[in-house]
Amino acid sequence: MIAETGLIALWLAAALALLQFALCTIGLVKGRDEFFAAIRPIAIAQGVLVTISFLILVWLFIRSDMSVKLVVMNSVAVKPLIYKISGTWGNHEGSMLLWVAILGIAGAGIGLFERTLKQRTLVTTLAAQAFISVGFYAYLLIASNPFERIFPVPADGQGLNPLLQDVGLALHPPTLYIGYVGLSIAFSFAVGAMINRDVGPDFAKAMRPWVLGAWVFLTLGITAGSYWAYYELGWGGWWFWDPVENASLMPWLAATALLHSVNVLATRDGLRAWTLMLAVVAFSMSMIGTFLVRSGVLTSVHAFAVDPTRGGFILALLAIYIGGAMAVFALRVGTVKEGSQFEPVSREGALVANNLLLSAILGIVFIGTLYPLFVEGVSGDMISVGAPYFNLATGPIALILVAIMAAGPLLRWRRDKAKALLNRISIPIFITAAALFGLVLFTTSMSTLSLLGLALAAGIAVASFAPLWKRNLRRTPMHTYGMIIAHFGVAVALVGMASESSFTEEKLVAASPGDEVIVNNWKVNFLAIEPIAGPNWTALEARVTAQYGDGAIHQIEPQNRMFPAAQTQTSEAALLTRWNGQLYVVLGDSDEQGRWQLRIWWKPFVTLIWYGGVLIALGGLLAMIGRLRRAVRQKRQREYAEALI
Amino acid sequence: MKAKHQRLTLATLALVALIGASLLAAYALQDQASYFYTPSDIVEKNPEVGQAIRLGGMVGAGSIQRAADGVTVEFLVHDGTAEQKVTYTGITPDLFVEGSGVVADGRLSADGTFVAETLLAKHDENYIPRELEGIDMTAGQHKSETLIQ
Repeated sequence: MIAETGLIALWLAAALALLQFALCTIGLVKGRDEFFAAIRPIAIAQGVLVTISFLILVWLFIRSDMSVKLVVMNSVAVKPLIYKISGTWGNHEGSMLLWVAILGIAGAGIGLFERTLKQRTLVTTLAAQAFISVGFYAYLLIASNPFERIFPVPADGQGLNPLLQDVGLALHPPTLYIGYVGLSIAFSFAVGAMINRDVGPDFAKAMRPWVLGAWVFLTLGITAGSYWAYYELGWGGWWFWDPVENASLMPWLAATALLHSVNVLATRDGLRAWTLMLAVVAFSMSMIGTFLVRSGVLTSVHAFAVDPTRGGFILALLAIYIGGAMAVFALRVGTVKEGSQFEPVSREGALVANNLLLSAILGIVFIGTLYPLFVEGVSGDMISVGAPYFNLATGPIALILVAIMAAGPLLRWRRDKAKALLNRISIPIFITAAALFGLVLFTTSMSTLSLLGLALAAGIAVASFAPLWKRNLRRTPMHTYGMIIAHFGVAVALVGMASESSFTEEKLVAASPGDEVIVNNWKVNFLAIEPIAGPNWTALEARVTAQYGDGAIHQIEPQNRMFPAAQTQTSEAALLTRWNGQLYVVLGDSDEQGRWQLRIWWKPFVTLIWYGGVLIALGGLLAMIGRLRRAVRQKRQREYAEALI
Repeated sequence: MKAKHQRLTLATLALVALIGASLLAAYALQDQASYFYTPSDIVEKNPEVGQAIRLGGMVGAGSIQRAADGVTVEFLVHDGTAEQKVTYTGITPDLFVEGSGVVADGRLSADGTFVAETLLAKHDENYIPRELEGIDMTAGQHKSETLIQ
């Protein structure tokens, strides 16, 4: 009965979404304002129902209810609780339900918290949100019912893909999805503002916290995913330009551009049409990402199901939503009035450059990701586009982008002098030049990209704090601190990336127990191999000690795990983190002479990549909180002033 | 600058950025995209030495040989009609066994050996490298489907 309750909740939520859309549309078209009072409660009820539906699915996984097909296919009774919970979204149907649940919660969030938008714009926004929801409810109910029963009831399930049995799965998809789907709010806002001709600073100020919120989660989700791939796959890399990774990067690039252009709209009433376009593009990229991952066009560990009807369904939804929004944009862009003016050398000018370069990177990633599908569709040839393409094409643009990032916050709005700017960033420029000089002098065999990256990072690290120069630190607004921390985070991540790609040392050996391997300053001793058993796996575990210089001796245990339920092996890398990097040890196979393959990396400062990502997200969070607090304060002041009159 | 001009300038800039990105992408793609070859494709199309390619097929029975250093393997990849000799230095994927499917990224060397930089094996019963879907796999049964029906 529990599964049926979940299904009923899902149907009811779908019905409410339809009702929400209908009431909004009738109210707007016929001018029946009395309908509007019902919209917020309906949006909230819809969010509650779809959340209940999702929680019921989680409960079915926790209870290992083997009468539900999805649980049978993707779970097994003997499995740690956390993997039972996270297994809920470790499959196609469950992850789509999570997607839709977040969509519903986003709509409920607008209904609950959005107080600054004009009424008609708000109603149109909730209509758009409901319209998106209806399509994805239909997709779930028609093509991917997660609550389907199975008969006869099997004794046990088939288990979860062992690669997914990791805390990474508990964190990465939900965070990423909140970011992905949170962008639907910006999309709906843009549609609402375009239809009601309500594009201006007030609209931008209302939209900004939502964009920041979604972007923070997206940033965290990508950072977590990168670290997860890094330690779980055992390949030693942190970004593989896998299509599925690109699917998450593309919305992030668009959202990053959006959250910069929305500031121009909010502060200076400029870049109106462009900001609307970005809001539409950002969520479109989320949907395209979902299509790429969920339709099975890219077969990888992420594509849980290969089913053409599902792909066709999502493709149709994509066409309706993206095409519809673009049509509204095309119809209304002529009525969006020109925003205010600015000179090329100005804060606006820098933000335009930021937007253009981010869009260029987005275009390159998009082309590289879809090109293989295109070629296969046209000629039948199979090609793969990998890291060499992406690094070559995006690297130089990214470097220009971060250089502009250092200068942008130091420019005045509207009009500034190039000479004054040069004065303000003379110290970061000097530091960059000195770093470049030092690196050229003291290092060998660094790639140009890493060399420039490292030198630029040094300059940016300083430049990011320059906006605080000669300012009263206690009166500097919180969102400025947010920007500083986020930009500093970029420098931190850049150091990690350049250092990892340039200074990593690697050894691949066949070692007998008792052998010692030297990697950089590390003495790695291979002691023995022992069999061990976990809750649902057995493993061969290497006993290894590692010593950095004359420091303490650490024990690490890389493993090869066997999962009998899935008849699969995984390799569990052993990581040893120091302040200046990570030692990464992977255990391979044995040979006839009793030697074991060990692959050992020393990766200096690699952890900075993810610390940088966390800092960027933290900056976004501070900016969001700062903006919200300021909005509340200004509202209070206004009310107080009105009360006095 | 007049109002009309500003919008025009911005639109032009956006267009230039877009075209620039596309050109850069096209240039990089030409250089860096690697085509998928089966061993018979290599015989037929005779790709250049040093060109990045993806090789896919089945690992020949009895063909895996480990070199004395313990970390290099040599094996044959076949697709039923032709064979290709491959060497790989590194830890082989967990399900890299004779008779199973494999996809290797790498380059042909002057002596005709394919030097693989990465190896992807058929990962588990639900995952087949995309390029191998058309090739008949002896070990490629979907356990999940048989159970449900």
